[in-house]
Amino acid sequence: MRWWRNRKPRAPRSLRRSFVTPEGVDLRLELASAGTRASAFILDMLILLLSLILATTAIALLGLTGGSGEVVQILWLIGAFVLRNGWFILFEMGGRGATPGKRMLGLRVVARDGGRLTGGAVIARNALREIEVFLPLSFLGMQAAQDAADGFLTLFALSWTGIFLFFPLFNRDRLRVGDLLAGTWVVLNVRAALGTDLVAARAAQPCRVFSDAALDLYGIYELQTLETVLRSGRDDAIATVAATIRRKAGLADEGDDEGFLSDYYAALCARLERGMLVGRRREDKHAAFGRHRMT
Amino acid sequence: MSALVEGAAAPLVNASRFRAAHEAEWERLDQLIIRMEKRSVRALSEDDILALPLLYRSALSSLSVARETSLDRALVTYLEQLCTRAYFQLYGVPDTALRQLGRFLAVDWPLGVQALWRETLACLIFTIAGVTAGWWLVASDPSWYYSIIPDAMSGGRDPSASTEALRATIYGPQEGSGLATFAAYLFTHNSQVAIFAFALGFAFTVPTVLLLLYNGLTLGAMLCLFAQKGLGLNFLGWLTIHGSTEMFAIILAGAAGMKIGTAIAFPGREERVEAAVRAGRRAAIVMAGVVLMLLVAGMLEGIGRQTVQSDPMRYGIGLAMLAGWLAYYYLPRRREGRDALVA
Repeated sequence: MRWWRNRKPRAPRSLRRSFVTPEGVDLRLELASAGTRASAFILDMLILLLSLILATTAIALLGLTGGSGEVVQILWLIGAFVLRNGWFILFEMGGRGATPGKRMLGLRVVARDGGRLTGGAVIARNALREIEVFLPLSFLGMQAAQDAADGFLTLFALSWTGIFLFFPLFNRDRLRVGDLLAGTWVVLNVRAALGTDLVAARAAQPCRVFSDAALDLYGIYELQTLETVLRSGRDDAIATVAATIRRKAGLADEGDDEGFLSDYYAALCARLERGMLVGRRREDKHAAFGRHRMT
Repeated sequence: MSALVEGAAAPLVNASRFRAAHEAEWERLDQLIIRMEKRSVRALSEDDILALPLLYRSALSSLSVARETSLDRALVTYLEQLCTRAYFQLYGVPDTALRQLGRFLAVDWPLGVQALWRETLACLIFTIAGVTAGWWLVASDPSWYYSIIPDAMSGGRDPSASTEALRATIYGPQEGSGLATFAAYLFTHNSQVAIFAFALGFAFTVPTVLLLLYNGLTLGAMLCLFAQKGLGLNFLGWLTIHGSTEMFAIILAGAAGMKIGTAIAFPGREERVEAAVRAGRRAAIVMAGVVLMLLVAGMLEGIGRQTVQSDPMRYGIGLAMLAGWLAYYYLPRRREGRDALVA
């Protein structure tokens, strides 16, 4: 019995998650990928290290210029403790729900149930960092310092870190152990500008008219790909796409690739939209258009 | 067929009409959200605050309409990010720091500890078991002392030390670094260990229990050592002044870790992940309290212990602190959300 063959076909992996607001609209949140999360963490650690070094130098200078040694030591001890434990917690408890590293990459920590991000959740997700990262690191550091890196112990420390470090890769929602326990996840939350209206931009000028046969070639998926090509503004991509469409539709090349594509986009968009409004949504070029052709 | 046709205007699509009708609203909402993200909701004027929910709802309904009627992907993407950012500014932002702090001190911390009473009791029993075992081991064979207590921690306090030397470690000034530095060091070190014990609870509480047992073992071994030299009560006094707070904090940290571990192992009627999340959030609040307790303990240990030299004073301070913590945590109080008529 080949039981593993009988699995249900999997949905394509995506980081989009359905999230319905109290108003009943699905926001379709996009989760941050593991790579982005790792980059944000490395950025944070770099900033942390840098500020620790700067603070240490500043405190050392203070100590040299007459401050008492005791004050310097206390400042350093408390400062290092607050930096290590407070950096992530305090920043994530603030209004933006993100450390500087996360903010730079457009990430935000949010509660999985969509509610307020409570202090308890933030503390829980960051206290777990202690066994995820800091413990194995300090353990390895200690071993290396004593120059007695026992093979087994090192292996144990490495596999321990491995389990927790790569935990986000082993679940669909890219959760750290801390996220799992605190009921949070990290979503992309970047501001985007509204692109120009491609159809309206052509409205003022005289435009090309296409036959039904030429417009029946493609569906919504192709339309949106065409939109991406037009917005990217790359000449070689535009020329390739224009040539393909002309070849399929049997049209002559009259030179102006971008104008041609823009007109084709506007015409196709209007046509597909009309179909959609009467309930005939044509997802892609393989889908049939239905019995009645729109004219 | 595709030649330019004069006078044939491009067809107008829904997205264009829709954009023309609503773009100003979206733009305004975007500006408000940016201001809230950069500073806070207080950066908005009264008019803006009144307009905010309306703008938010209209953006949400624009998103629904755009998804159903428009094929302009840029428009849908723009509305999605705008609504998401607005949602998190309206629903997801935590309280102000001062409010959170007040709630934490008045409600969340003591009630969180109260809810952990079962685990706290279990941790107390583990610690006592450790103390008894440590005492018994060292009493039956003093050489056990060396295997229980690492050299660095004993600092000359071992079975070969004379009574006078041991007495000197309890009374009299501590040489070396200053008192305040010592206090700071103790606080940071103990807090780190407590956070660690808490995080380890995730592994089905086994490491947490081991840590508590070991903590008890060292205590029992030392107690036995001092008792054999006739200094038992003096040592206990030296310990109590800060130990009542510190041991309590460590037991609470263990209890918090245990709560998470047991919630994962035995989720009851809830889903496993949900049980873990509920336990994790509550236990984390207790952990914040534990760090504060250790701060107090560090100050008592670093400063109080060396300046207060008489045994009755040491016992008095230590027991008063314990009574204070117990009263703060366990005295009955009105639960939040309970209606006055029902209570």
